[in-house]
Amino acid sequence: MPVMLGSGQAWSKGGGGVTDLLGREPVALLWGLAGVLATLTLGALAALLLPRLKPGKDYRNLQQRVWSWWVMATLLAGALLTGWLAMTALFALVSFLALKEFLSLAPMSREDRPLILVAYLTIPLNYAIVLTNWYGMYLVFVPVYVFAAVPFLMACIGQTRGYLARSSVFHFGVVTCVYALGYIPLLMRVPQADAPQAGPAGLVFMLLFATEANDVLQYVCGKLLGRRKIMPKVSPNKTWEGFLGGWILTAGLIVLAAPHLTPLRGAGLWMVAILLPLAGFAGDVTMSAVKRDIGVKDTSQFIPGHGGVLDRLDSLIFTAPLYFHLVAYFALETY
Amino acid sequence: MSFPRVLFLTLVAKPIARIMTGADVSGGEHLPEQGPAIVVANHQSHVDTLLLLSMFPARALKDVRPAAAADYFLKGRLMSWFSRNVIGIVPVERKKIGRHFDVLAPAREALAEGAIVVVFPEGTRGEASDDIGRLKGGVARLAEDFPDAPVVPVWIAGAGRVLPKGSGVPVPLNCCVLVGPALKWRGDRHGLMDEIRQALERLKAEAPPLRWN
Repeated sequence: MPVMLGSGQAWSKGGGGVTDLLGREPVALLWGLAGVLATLTLGALAALLLPRLKPGKDYRNLQQRVWSWWVMATLLAGALLTGWLAMTALFALVSFLALKEFLSLAPMSREDRPLILVAYLTIPLNYAIVLTNWYGMYLVFVPVYVFAAVPFLMACIGQTRGYLARSSVFHFGVVTCVYALGYIPLLMRVPQADAPQAGPAGLVFMLLFATEANDVLQYVCGKLLGRRKIMPKVSPNKTWEGFLGGWILTAGLIVLAAPHLTPLRGAGLWMVAILLPLAGFAGDVTMSAVKRDIGVKDTSQFIPGHGGVLDRLDSLIFTAPLYFHLVAYFALETY
Repeated sequence: MSFPRVLFLTLVAKPIARIMTGADVSGGEHLPEQGPAIVVANHQSHVDTLLLLSMFPARALKDVRPAAAADYFLKGRLMSWFSRNVIGIVPVERKKIGRHFDVLAPAREALAEGAIVVVFPEGTRGEASDDIGRLKGGVARLAEDFPDAPVVPVWIAGAGRVLPKGSGVPVPLNCCVLVGPALKWRGDRHGLMDEIRQALERLKAEAPPLRWN
């Protein structure tokens, strides 16, 4: 665990070949990735051994779920170690898959098809701003300019049937699936000097790890202790015990791990520890409300055992922008 | 041409279908693994053919042949080459129906060779929000001639949004393919057509809601 390492400028000293490649990576990040690898190995062992130890149940979903975690973790770890360009490409693709899922579920009509294409066009534009590392423009491009341009285009093609509802649906989709997720590769552009502990990859790793850990810990605490329903109208399976247990455990995890992976200290560290799990919960519940409105349980079956891309990303959509701005405000010189 | 075709469909068509349409398949275990077999599907878009070709495992793919309108798919040399060698169509001469011409002959020939023939009994593409169109009876006559061939119903949801009839620009949106249990020939053409319609209606009801109006 990264907890065991001293903070400050810690880099691993590698030999040749693969160790040389990894040798350029910060020690804390490698420890973090090793922790993920260990967790996934435990998951794979459980998926392999449980059917033998406790036969009779259907373990197909568990096995698919674990296998999908391996694929997702490999893609993300690969991008983290390769650098910001790979991360930008990966999240441009993820944004596309997520937005496609959202637009496929939202109420649309044949005359909306040109607007759907415009919505997809925001992906290369948004991520091109990440490539140029133009922070000020990134902040306003989708929320201000796309927000103004789409309703105007709709007016230009004379589409006024359900005008307000339709333009809102487009904006909701682009902000959640493109703008919010783009913060992750944008975080990879933080200068090394601003985050000497583990570089920009350490910042991103902390965000991804804390968000997914919060998802899993809320679920596990809910399964083990859950009694009182927290939002029966939106997510009947969520409980106060799951929410609070996940909150406390994830906050603890952040307080212990973040000093090794990020420049967060003191008030900033505590703010992230307290607010990130809350944002994850909020994202989860918000997407559940969207799914309830549309009348589906999962947003698609794209990720075997998990459901859709949006089902997996719901909490990250809320944690990514919040984490970026908290880290930028409290701990980064550049922003 | 069989091996390059399967390679192209597996390495190019399948990833495109997966990225651009999600291509969620449920009930895939009902798909026939070898011919002769008949697959009946609803029809909204050319994307239907792409989805049907990308849902089969590679070992079955070499036998899969969609029945398609000769007047449309054999128009022009390039289109004709692509239709025959890549899509692998069984041509149906729609315009010669009722002129003492056996329009089903190529499909019968393909089934005799052990093909999995895909038929769109609606005869043409409908709108994404449409109900099932009037089903033409050719598929029942094929089933009568090959009484042991399973008739597998398939409902494709959402393809009419990606590329509707009359549009040249595909818009990426998710599609679902639902495969139902095979129907058997019981000696009655009308009875089989009714069963097909009911099976398609059932699959349609299971599909995720399409908010397309």
